[in-house]
Amino acid sequence: MNRRKGYEGVAVAVPVTVPYVRHSTRSAHWFIGQALEALVKVSGLAKEQIDGLTVSSFSLAPDTAVGVTQHLGLSPRWLDHIPTGGASGVMALRRAARAVQAGDADVVACVAADTNHVDSFRQTLGSFSNFARDASYPYGSGGPNSIFAFITSNYMREFGATREDFGRIAVDQRTNALKNPNAMFKKPLTLDEYIAARPIADPIHLFDCVMPCAGAEAFLVMSETRARELGLAHVLVRGAIERHNAFADDPVMVRGGWLVDRAELYAQAGVQPKDIDFVQTYDDYPVIVMLQFEDLGFCGKGEGPSFVRENRMTHDGSFPNNTSGGQLSAGQAGAAGGFLGMTEAIRQLTDAAGERAVPDAQLGLVAGFGMVTYDRCLCTGAVILGRALTPALSRKRERETHDSLSTVPGGEGRGEGAGRSA
Amino acid sequence: MTMPLMKPKRKNPLIRTRQMSLPPGARGRIALGMTAAAAEGRFELQVCQACAAVQYPPREACHRCLSPRLKWTPQSGEGRLLSTTTLHHSNDLFFRERLPWRLGLVHLDSGPTLIVHLHGEVEEVVDAPRRVRVGARLDRAGQAVLIGFPNEESVHMADDRMLREMTSDPKFRKVLVTDGKTAVGQALVQAMVKAGADIVWVGHAEPWKKLPGWDDISKLPQVTLVPLDLTNGKSVDELSGEIGGKVDIVINNAEVHRTYGIGSRRGTDVAKAEMDINYFGALRLAQAFGGALKSRAADGVTSATAWVNLLSIYALSNFPSHGTYSASKAAAYSLAQCLRAEMRSSGIRVINVFPGPIDDEWNQALPPPKVSPAALASAIVKALRDGVEDVYPGDVAQEWLERWRDNPKVLERELAAGGS
Repeated sequence: MNRRKGYEGVAVAVPVTVPYVRHSTRSAHWFIGQALEALVKVSGLAKEQIDGLTVSSFSLAPDTAVGVTQHLGLSPRWLDHIPTGGASGVMALRRAARAVQAGDADVVACVAADTNHVDSFRQTLGSFSNFARDASYPYGSGGPNSIFAFITSNYMREFGATREDFGRIAVDQRTNALKNPNAMFKKPLTLDEYIAARPIADPIHLFDCVMPCAGAEAFLVMSETRARELGLAHVLVRGAIERHNAFADDPVMVRGGWLVDRAELYAQAGVQPKDIDFVQTYDDYPVIVMLQFEDLGFCGKGEGPSFVRENRMTHDGSFPNNTSGGQLSAGQAGAAGGFLGMTEAIRQLTDAAGERAVPDAQLGLVAGFGMVTYDRCLCTGAVILGRALTPALSRKRERETHDSLSTVPGGEGRGEGAGRSA
Repeated sequence: MTMPLMKPKRKNPLIRTRQMSLPPGARGRIALGMTAAAAEGRFELQVCQACAAVQYPPREACHRCLSPRLKWTPQSGEGRLLSTTTLHHSNDLFFRERLPWRLGLVHLDSGPTLIVHLHGEVEEVVDAPRRVRVGARLDRAGQAVLIGFPNEESVHMADDRMLREMTSDPKFRKVLVTDGKTAVGQALVQAMVKAGADIVWVGHAEPWKKLPGWDDISKLPQVTLVPLDLTNGKSVDELSGEIGGKVDIVINNAEVHRTYGIGSRRGTDVAKAEMDINYFGALRLAQAFGGALKSRAADGVTSATAWVNLLSIYALSNFPSHGTYSASKAAAYSLAQCLRAEMRSSGIRVINVFPGPIDDEWNQALPPPKVSPAALASAIVKALRDGVEDVYPGDVAQEWLERWRDNPKVLERELAAGGS
């Protein structure tokens, strides 16, 4: 197999969050419009200069990305509709990065947005997929809660995890969320409160579940040169993978597609798991966060429970995870939940994370996980983002094309070029 | 062990009768194949004819070899229960009103993983996966769902709370049998009483006549004889006014059966008499009792639940030596499909029974095998308990059904040539 081309020269910038609300009478188009307006304002680009667009949304129907172009008066020369929920952030970035590298687009706006009407969550569940309509929704109509209850219960039995172990993930994320002004949850959460929460689908309890809400997340993908010319704080793409419908013969999900491709991810970035300063896992349920710790190589299979006992996962802890609070504490704005880790990672690596900053963060990993069509999520993806090189370092790196791939960029001069952030 | 169902107390007439809310009933066209099998009491999954891989959820092409040749094939349902959950929350009204609700994840020995409703006797998975047997049932929306049953049968299994939501068990229910004068009617009454029916109203078109076997059923404490003449709309309406709001199961077994086809008789009197009971009688009954039944479909553990039509295997293809009777049953079958569609929104199950020749006087000239009235009655009880929709009791019915499914035109030719 040919070695995949790397993502050298691709910059990700202008993380935008359209504030979340529990319910909204607006449509998804409104949230996409707000996100694009912010991208334009913060970047200083004219709307016409955005010549690539990806859209991820569950509540846009019957429109797709192309409907958005007319609705918002865009005329991109490159367009992609990426309706893959929790994996859409990583997938949008990968596609946009290739478009930029190939010259098919100069500046790609990657947008994920969903509205949440009072009854829209229920309606989405019943028509989420053909398999859900035929083989999961008629069984109790619990939505993903029942599926992840099976996965959690099986994981607990097989690997000895306890509710406390999952609680540690939720509690530390809440601690992070308290420093995120946009998080939906504003109150601290203790482990006792987590344990005492009402059951939803045993062993899933209230604080294992995300709160559906309305909102948007977005970012721009362009060449590193362009980002520098525009004076935009940006991060670099060091490596990225995706995999769909992996381990289809496992009767119940105990591992995800990250495991198939992770060696390539780290090889592409030239780093090891121990070099990563923070992770933004996809946290639809805590058990999935634990699977990502394992399958992305931070600990071995079945070691998730001891890993969470040994680490603090707050932004200033030994293993910072979901520093925005994640969906469990910030809220799940539909497909925007799949972008939450990406915008947060860009902020962390451009010194825009405020008081929840991960100290001295150079490298961050963002994982995606999406689409429970039947009994498991099908899409997995991950991307490693690195702090942008200073111009001097960048020139040095160009001279050492081959060797530098295995080097983590140094920390000196960080913040230079970080002119603006959203 | 399932706790035996206790007879519910008399209902307070002032309390609001709960309205029916159905479980999610949307299915794709392919998935309806599972419903078609479950409607006859079978658990079938698609099996690839090229590589033998078993598919689930239902698909358009094999997930292993991409062949489109997927055939619905009966399954043993043997498998391992990997995981369970109890829902305390649901997004759907039907389940919200019935929480908590247990579900399981089963790895079938034949390959696929299934999400199933769990029978109460299936215990939690503690250390290792547990052996279970999966079966298919129709739920209240009339769509197939999978159920995880315990490996061992037990006495009161049918009383399981979840299972009773799927089935139409006569236990503690009030039943109307429309004609008590026939051998089949009397066997039905006996069978309903034996199955635990609370009250069996037995229709009698000519109450002044004393008929053989009448004493045997009228002395049963559960039985009440009621005047009912299906040829007379007023008679049907009067009975409906009296008991329509209480009946949980209607069994329409009233029929007129005369032999011969077109050429052996002059005039239409006999054919009209057949139609007047077999078709118009069913129509009058449905108009009078259907609405009341629908309104009580969620009325507690002994809610209104089912409507049984006694049709005939001759409804599928005309049997010329019983030609006009076949025609009336074909009309009744078509009407029963309409009734089923109209009842669907309330969750009332319409059960169509297609027996082969019954061992009674009007089939005297036909050779065995014939279905005995008792066997027919127990097939109907079983249909109610299993919640199936279509029943073909007797060897002849089974054989005709197979021939009809194989090639209806060939069957028509065989029957025209005097074959049976």
